Amino acid sequence: MNAIDIRSDFPILNQKVNGKDLIYFDTSATSQTPSPVIEAMDEYYKEYNSNVHRGVHTLSTKATDSYEKTRMKVKNFINAQYFEEVVFTRGTTAAINLVARSFGDMIVEAGDEIVVTEMEHHANIVPWQQLAKRKGANLVFVPMEEDGTITRESIESVVGERTKIVAITHVSNVLGTINDIKEIAEIAHSNDAYISVDGAQAVPHMRVDVQDLDVDFYAFSGHKMLGPTGIGVLYGKSELLERMEPIEYGGDMIDFVDLRDATWTDVPVKFEAGTPMIAETVGLSAAIDYIEEIGPENILDFEQELVNYAYDRMNEVEGIEIYGPRSRAGLITFNMEDVHPHDLATVLDTEGIAVRAGHHCAQPLMKWLDVSSTARASFYVYNNKEEIDSFIESLKRTKEFFSYEF
Amino acid sequence: MNFNNLDQLYRSVIMDHYKNPRNKGVIEDGTLTVDMNNPTCGDRIRLTLDVADGIVEDVKFEGEGCSISMASASMMTEAITGEKVDKALSMGDEFSKMMLGEDHDITDDMGDIEALAGVSQFPARIKCATLSWKALEKGFKEAGSK
Repeated sequence: MNAIDIRSDFPILNQKVNGKDLIYFDTSATSQTPSPVIEAMDEYYKEYNSNVHRGVHTLSTKATDSYEKTRMKVKNFINAQYFEEVVFTRGTTAAINLVARSFGDMIVEAGDEIVVTEMEHHANIVPWQQLAKRKGANLVFVPMEEDGTITRESIESVVGERTKIVAITHVSNVLGTINDIKEIAEIAHSNDAYISVDGAQAVPHMRVDVQDLDVDFYAFSGHKMLGPTGIGVLYGKSELLERMEPIEYGGDMIDFVDLRDATWTDVPVKFEAGTPMIAETVGLSAAIDYIEEIGPENILDFEQELVNYAYDRMNEVEGIEIYGPRSRAGLITFNMEDVHPHDLATVLDTEGIAVRAGHHCAQPLMKWLDVSSTARASFYVYNNKEEIDSFIESLKRTKEFFSYEF
Repeated sequence: MNFNNLDQLYRSVIMDHYKNPRNKGVIEDGTLTVDMNNPTCGDRIRLTLDVADGIVEDVKFEGEGCSISMASASMMTEAITGEKVDKALSMGDEFSKMMLGEDHDITDDMGDIEALAGVSQFPARIKCATLSWKALEKGFKEAGSK
């Protein structure tokens, strides 16, 4: 893949921030949007904006057709068995909440265990905490190795006959740890438990095949994979989705409505109450096309090259501590000795470099790392080694700046 | 590298308060304790105060955060010690105005807090500078309603 050609597809990157060329290293928070995605949504609003599943008129038919075609595209993208297994949601958070509320409430009882890890984003901890509270169930945490990885043995040590659900992230948004979901799914299933995966940091960066992984639920967001905000996907095995109750009620999701009761339409629309995110699915569709054109395998290789380069070069800077394993996804979370990450992020911003600073919606993990906050640089298809070189120089100058005797 | 803007943000007086914080710690038998955190960035602060007859006799802070939030807390403790509660609150109002780039009435008797004026040029950091003042306001409010 040619990073220079790709860059020209991202108009937002062609700007100065604080007088410097923008270096966007915050893809893990949200990715930038290529022109084909912006144009597809623009075309939708200019040419066929209309509500779906309702009208018989031409525009509505076109909008419905586009919406359902995107569902089919997502099915192929993640290799689901049936298109009905693709539920559109507002994002990963909404998808996980749907699983915890609907499926969780259905199968979890008092005394049962829900297995999670300390590396989870708040979106994959809090819904399970609340489920455990509602049901009198227990949250159990998988012990982590010192480098922020988990092993087969550590999973096996906590998954047992009381386990109902294993809820785990595919890729850690802080440590960059890539979990072996296929192995974890196998362990969960051999203990008659289900597995629900937070794939927000995985789907944009590598090939994900839900049938090969054999996961029961898998959630991800459009805005981290070159698409718009406000759209996400919940994949669920059809036999499970069939058994689940909706958690939102309203238009579109009903079958018959009477004054005092109603019945539900079929999966997946049963879970999509109200007017859905139509324009956003149009954008998601274009984003999938864009990713497929490059190839998720090529994206992974390219990011590995960048992250390995950045990792080695950051080690040249005195006083940098990097968190997480050596083998990682395309992000680096770190701290600079004697410089608070907010101060670091402000200094980098004056040089046009966007990094994230804070707890990254992972307070339990910050506690595990024994830090109050960290800085994070994350990479994607539009980044390059020259940007990493500039970043390293800025880190060195920041170190120097804060070393002055004030 | 052009550090001019940064020099405004990280003036030596600010870095001095950050590296040598004044009134750091806890007043064990204080009359007022208040905790506040900034959930978006993880900064947290605890103020303990000794207030008698409407006057701040003593105040200490502890917490975790960036140079701006910790320096601001340190400066605030110096500014309000010995002042009436009302005066301390109005200093907070003036400080907020300064952060928003509005006209403000910060005088020499308020210690070093004016040194933080440069923060108004960095909108993302204003909440760092105002954390301790917000905590103070919350503490007085809670004490007043008891």
